[in-house]
Amino acid sequence: MTVPLLDVRGLSIALPPGADRPLAVDNLTFTLNANEILCVVGESGSGKSMTAHAMMGLLPHPHVRVSAGSLLFKGRDVLTMPEAEQRSLRGGRIAMVFQEPMTALNPLMRVGRQIGESLRAHTPLPAPARHARVVELLDQVGLPNPAELADAYPFRLSGGQRQRVMIAMALACQPDILIADEPTTALDVTTQKQILDLIRAIQAERHMGMMFITHDFGVVAEIAHRVAVMRHGKLVEYGAAGDVLNRPQHPYTRQLIASVPHYIEHRDDHAKSGAPLLVAEKVRKTFHVGGGLFRKSKPVVAGDDLSLTIHPGETVGLVGESGSGKSTLGRSIVGLIKPDSGRILFEGTDLLSLDAKGFRPYRRRVQMVFQDPYASLNPRHRIGDIIAQGPVAFGEDRNKALKRARELLAMVGLDGSAADRFPHEFSGGQRQRVGIARALAMEPKLLVADEPVSALDVSVQGQVLELLDDIRKRLGLAMLFITHDLRVAAQVCDTIAVMRRGKIVEMGTSRQVFTHPRDAYTRTLLDAIPGKAWHIPDDLQKAPVVGAAS
Amino acid sequence: MLGFAQLFASRLVKALAILIAIVVMNFFLVHAAPGDPAMVMAGEAGAADEKFVEQLRQQFGLDRPLHEQLATYVGKIAQGDLGFSYRQQRPVWDILAERLPATLILTLTAFLLALAAGVALGTLAAITVGTWADSAITVVALLAYATPIYWIGLMLSLLFSIQLGWLPAFGYETIGAGYTGLAHAADVAQHLILPVITLALFYMAGYARLTRASMLEVRGQDFVKTAKAKGLSQSHIVTRHVLRNAILPVITVAGIQAGQLVGGSILIETVFAWPGIGRLAFEAVLQRDYQVLLGIFLVTSVMVILFNILTDILYGIVDPRIQAAR
Repeated sequence: MTVPLLDVRGLSIALPPGADRPLAVDNLTFTLNANEILCVVGESGSGKSMTAHAMMGLLPHPHVRVSAGSLLFKGRDVLTMPEAEQRSLRGGRIAMVFQEPMTALNPLMRVGRQIGESLRAHTPLPAPARHARVVELLDQVGLPNPAELADAYPFRLSGGQRQRVMIAMALACQPDILIADEPTTALDVTTQKQILDLIRAIQAERHMGMMFITHDFGVVAEIAHRVAVMRHGKLVEYGAAGDVLNRPQHPYTRQLIASVPHYIEHRDDHAKSGAPLLVAEKVRKTFHVGGGLFRKSKPVVAGDDLSLTIHPGETVGLVGESGSGKSTLGRSIVGLIKPDSGRILFEGTDLLSLDAKGFRPYRRRVQMVFQDPYASLNPRHRIGDIIAQGPVAFGEDRNKALKRARELLAMVGLDGSAADRFPHEFSGGQRQRVGIARALAMEPKLLVADEPVSALDVSVQGQVLELLDDIRKRLGLAMLFITHDLRVAAQVCDTIAVMRRGKIVEMGTSRQVFTHPRDAYTRTLLDAIPGKAWHIPDDLQKAPVVGAAS
Repeated sequence: MLGFAQLFASRLVKALAILIAIVVMNFFLVHAAPGDPAMVMAGEAGAADEKFVEQLRQQFGLDRPLHEQLATYVGKIAQGDLGFSYRQQRPVWDILAERLPATLILTLTAFLLALAAGVALGTLAAITVGTWADSAITVVALLAYATPIYWIGLMLSLLFSIQLGWLPAFGYETIGAGYTGLAHAADVAQHLILPVITLALFYMAGYARLTRASMLEVRGQDFVKTAKAKGLSQSHIVTRHVLRNAILPVITVAGIQAGQLVGGSILIETVFAWPGIGRLAFEAVLQRDYQVLLGIFLVTSVMVILFNILTDILYGIVDPRIQAAR
């Protein structure tokens, strides 16, 4: 019997006293072989990243430490090796790619040098040979003009390009094991597809053992050979990819797979009735970047000739990648941005022609739910006050508003007593519920939801989407739902507008956009959805969403 | 490199605009003083009868319209003529030129020492965070920061010159010794030690605290994790990745302080009887020597502007993103 490349036996990682649980990772056992991709799946806090960090000696010393078990690399325990030997493994035999390409590179160092550092630490190559190797690596990860790019600073590169640089850096010393910690989570869907293709190709070519950490079962379906599912630091399911994906055993795995947004099932076409609630006509917005006393600023077109209609009770999805201008349109409708030209008609009144005073009544009727539930609630205010503030500002009696706040909290599935507590006492999903209650307190007719679930774990995501849909139906709300995720849009939207580079390239009913996309870009987006070939097991397709409070 | 020249040129043009504004303000300051300059001059000259004042007004063109006077003033400044001190019976420029080197040598030495020691101590504290070394550095920095600067000066001179007799207690050089060449330099250096240390201690404390805080913040960033994952050595990570990024806020603060420092440190120059700009300003205020004061005002403004440009350029070199943002 051959020794596995990596053999993790009974690994436990202790958290400092006072953390929400004593062990971040609890008695974890798995193996990784050469020429294999092992996907470690779990939600935030499941301990999947901790495991990777332990392997790389990156645990925040001395608060978090390995308390039991061993990590055998080719039969030798990494944890008991002397520091110098561990260091030569790190970046040499075991390399890692991180989640955030925007912050994972030193902003003050040329990317070529950052890759070269790895070679300098682990190989005896002289400087010219190192440089040649860096250029070769940049070429291998598919970057254009590798020789020039080696001299660029990270801020010149896009997110996808930076992730390629990170991969080149990890490959520099031909490692045996590549650990990738959510390497595509921060990327746009088309970029994600490219990076996944690249990672898969490189892994197959070099016969590396790869540990791929992700929360997305679509990605798992795309690349995994074997899957390990983690929850609260424990391994709950472990097996071949086909088994785990198609015949999940553990209830938690089943729940996770059930909450994966799937676009096969979409709702019936929305029957448009009555006069449109909101009409955006030829909205245009240009931002000016840079500029100063003697320099001309650079114009960036964020929105160009944007036209859109929302009927009462309709949910319109605005889908696009980062920088496509989807948030610009959303913010223009709420009045946070003033477009350069065009009209935004709300029940026939042009919002853009109004002054601040005239616009005020419309602030009530159009409300926004923000992306980041951690940053959008004032940490020093009680939940009840946060919700009541809007109505009070519009002249409502404070006690009445607070009473209403409790009712709203019940409506979004939280206990009324939450009103007396502070935001930090709640989880991300709960905070997003508060954010929705806050928007509803104003009794709006139109809700603009800007990526309301993209900061949430997949199971929580499902619950919040369910809630939004339920409230929309009960209150007859119209909604503009802004998202980068086509799968999410498919679940909640009646109509979908696809945006690219400041323009709406396609708009139609959900069914039409998904089944008969007319624009080439829409097809590219659909094609890039990870795991589209994977059919979610039938018995999990309509699984009820578990629990109200997330 | 083109971007660099452009950056420099645009900074220079802005600096010139600021300088002109300062000169004009200077002019109006003189006119805001009680009585007109002729009265002040007459007073300083010791004779104050109406006829003499009138004669002075004509002689200096003070009876001309205001805008003509402004034009004359700006023209003189542009030629490097800062006026005449009746109190000292010498041109203002000569007085300043005599005092400026002493101030520059004192403050620049102190500044460089403070910066080097502060960054080194701050770095040491950050990499040993939580240990006794960190605590010791933090406490020393806090003490140096909190103790009045003149008191430190007095105590140091009490210890090293009066008790131990190792160093001279005050002055710029040994008066009447007539040293030349290297001997003179050594003599000045000896006089320099105490005031430099006193001044440097205070600023060093600030830089040490700032460096420590900045290092601790940068240390938690993702790219440091990347560097560790590459298997780089601890010292390489600290110098190349952490310190390089952590130094940015230190440069900003140091740049602002350098300009102020060169304006002279009145307290230090007074405590150590150092013949610099700071003490000159102090004396000029006491003697109501407006011409000298305005000259000092102008020269120190120029210094502040110069150091701001230097800081900007340095920042542009250290952080490549700055040039790109323009």
